[in-house]
Amino acid sequence: MGTTETNRSDGSSRLDRRLLLERLSSYWLVGAGFFAVALFGLIVLTLVQQSIPIVSEYSLFQMMTSSNWDPASDEFGFLPAIVGTIYVTVLSMAMGTPLAILAAIYIAEYAEGRTKLIVSSFIDVLAAIPSVIFGLVGLIVVVPFVGDYLAPAVGAHSIGLGIVTVSLVMAIIVTPFMISLSVESLEALPDELRESSLGVGATKWETIRTVLLRAAGPGIFSAILLGFGRVFGATIVPAMLIGGQTAIPESPFDAGETLPTLIVNDFGELMSIPLTQSALILVGLTLLVVVWIFNFGAMLVRRRLQRRWQY
Amino acid sequence: MSNETAIRTEDLEVTYTGNREVTALDGVSTEFAENKLTAIIGPSGCGKSTMLKSLNRLHEIQPNAEISGEVYLGDEGIYDTDEPLPEIRRRVGYVPQTPTALPLSIYNNVAYGAKIHGNYSNSELDDLVESYLRKVNLWDEVKDRLDDPGAELSTGQIQRLCLARSLAVEPEVLLCDEVTSALDPISAEQVEETLEDLKEEYTIIMVTHSMDQAKRLADDVVFLYLGELVETNDTRSFFENPQNERTQEFVKGHTAVDYDDEPDEESVTDEQPVATR
Amino acid sequence: MDRYTEQRLFGLLARASAALILAVLVMVVGVTLWRGGRVFITDPAVAVTPPGSRYMLDGGGGFLHAVLGSIFIVVPATVVASILAISTAIFLQSDYSSERTSDVINMFLNVLWGTPPIVYGVFVLTIIIAAGAQTSLIFGTIAIAIFQYPIMTRYADEALRAAPDTVKEASYGLGATRFETARMTVRAALPGVIAGIIMGFARGIGDAATVLFTAGRSTQMPGGPFDPATTLPILIFEQAASFNAEVRSHAYAASFVLIITVLALILVSKLLAGKFARFAPGGRHS
Repeated sequence: MGTTETNRSDGSSRLDRRLLLERLSSYWLVGAGFFAVALFGLIVLTLVQQSIPIVSEYSLFQMMTSSNWDPASDEFGFLPAIVGTIYVTVLSMAMGTPLAILAAIYIAEYAEGRTKLIVSSFIDVLAAIPSVIFGLVGLIVVVPFVGDYLAPAVGAHSIGLGIVTVSLVMAIIVTPFMISLSVESLEALPDELRESSLGVGATKWETIRTVLLRAAGPGIFSAILLGFGRVFGATIVPAMLIGGQTAIPESPFDAGETLPTLIVNDFGELMSIPLTQSALILVGLTLLVVVWIFNFGAMLVRRRLQRRWQY
Repeated sequence: MSNETAIRTEDLEVTYTGNREVTALDGVSTEFAENKLTAIIGPSGCGKSTMLKSLNRLHEIQPNAEISGEVYLGDEGIYDTDEPLPEIRRRVGYVPQTPTALPLSIYNNVAYGAKIHGNYSNSELDDLVESYLRKVNLWDEVKDRLDDPGAELSTGQIQRLCLARSLAVEPEVLLCDEVTSALDPISAEQVEETLEDLKEEYTIIMVTHSMDQAKRLADDVVFLYLGELVETNDTRSFFENPQNERTQEFVKGHTAVDYDDEPDEESVTDEQPVATR
Repeated sequence: MDRYTEQRLFGLLARASAALILAVLVMVVGVTLWRGGRVFITDPAVAVTPPGSRYMLDGGGGFLHAVLGSIFIVVPATVVASILAISTAIFLQSDYSSERTSDVINMFLNVLWGTPPIVYGVFVLTIIIAAGAQTSLIFGTIAIAIFQYPIMTRYADEALRAAPDTVKEASYGLGATRFETARMTVRAALPGVIAGIIMGFARGIGDAATVLFTAGRSTQMPGGPFDPATTLPILIFEQAASFNAEVRSHAYAASFVLIITVLALILVSKLLAGKFARFAPGGRHS
């Protein structure tokens, strides 16, 4: 009799403990859930607040279009870095995107069994290699290649460091992310799509080009945009390989700079010249805003494609 | 079966080699008559889908299917041949079980195969699309929205769109894999009506797990059991006077028990690629 | 071009693209191992020797400070980030948040996921300046944790989503609370969650842009959490282009250590995923 009594009271206090844990944990989880929002808000607020000094001093338009970057004499022209960033992004994506999509097609549609397993694990490995190692190998291999062979071959002059060198390395760095996302989208497609297209006598390639690439289009499109964001914000590889020159590059074989390398190269001096700090933080904010705009634009385009290319 | 033979198989054997070996078809030799609708029936997992797909080599998109024997389209084999594979698949069309619109407009879903195979002018294509959509009784429903995505149609409409798409490349034989099983009763009836119209003009081979459907639609019946051909006959004789003991059981069993449980036949064909992943 | 030639051409191009990428991978790993391996043959203790007093000029001593710095910065960061990430991922499941809420949070996570790491570096540095503190190990940890958080959350969320609903149903059916059920779901999704944590660790240990201005670029052994420190990627970044061959060789050796670490982490994550797959009723995914 006594034991049942104890059991029951023990049971109800245990239930109380469990419910208390449930309540406390849900507070924590709600907090953790909104941490992403809070973090993003805090980052934006901090960067905006710190950018105010430079924006109130110089007009945004003036800074974007001036090619003179010389903080010591209060000249803050972003144009060379903007041009460099566009150069690197366009070149790397132009080389990397077709490469990645073709490789994804190989893995999803051609490779079978063991080969497929091996190739896709290699892609995973490639994705995990730190970019600083790509930079180092770039210095050892790509810099002499561009300086001694590629540039002379097209009749240009290059010291090896420069926009082309960065683009070649970034084109490789960016492929694994695009490949694995594209492979995922292709493999998610039902076999009926393949059967339907092959069943009316299309070749495998016609099926891939007309049917599969469209049906997987929204996913592949996101993959490309993700790659774009990576190249756009890449810091370490450009900083190691672009050659750091604060003038507008005349050819892709020239040295140059990108928005992130501007930050890396000049952040050391910021303590002495206050406006530089604000200018560089503005650059950081710009990176964030552009990535944000692209994410948002991607969402809209993706939605359109999903309707247009539904299956 | 006094009619001309459109397509026949000779000792067809298909094996899936994965982590375990499955013989889906075990030496099947049979004939399909021209301009008739032949139903392939049999219990789940007996190799009906494999049989169908091996008639235009679609099973080859599974990475580990091995085949021996031969399929003759008219007089020529489709395995031992110099003819390119896509051309064979044009001549023997295929409509999958799940209604599948290609990620194209309604118009281009129909024109897709035709565009690949021939040089049509735009007005010729317009005519072609219209005539095939009429043929599957879909034209009146979609004529005002030809540029909308095909996938925005209802599943029943999509299945008829698939038929139009397959017919638009003028196949000699049309393979239909349980084309009504994913549809609601009303859409299924519409598709059946369409097939009824089409079988005057085309050689249609249809897999079905519904005996009633086979009775309603088919001219001939092929009965498969565990990868083996048990009996083939014209529909009337098959159901009224089955020769083989197993057929008798199957026909009788069907009338007694509702044989409409979901087929897990797919597990034989679809398990293969999963296993390699 | 006739359609069969086109078909062959593109089949070939697809194969060639995959082959090219694999060749580059082999080259990157090969060059790193070869160059770094040669340094280790002549100076086997370079990774466990503290740096000399004029390290950046003559490369005297070794780079133990960067090895330790990497460990002291990335290990705590991974712990903090994975706790936060798993909690966020649990909250994102339907038991805790409506679809609308989780959509909004996912949108922010996506933005964070795509944010260039350098922005995190700038952000943390701004905080350091505002707080009047100096760049140090603890701020490196914070920056790396922020960087890892969205990566790990995505992996964990995917893993939890992939866990079969039957686990939830069974758990609720026994009268378990949401939290108890969530713990069971995490257990069922463990292979994916662990793989995510390890991938986050690998990304964290390889990243330089976040710690470049936050950890302090020290050339001495790390003192405490509030002293400047450095990491392997920073060391490689600073020394790779040095004119002094001795200094440069340390970058090669450090790359050797880094790439072996990353490769080992990937291997471990694949093995662990296989091992823990026993607890996942749906079999292994990912």
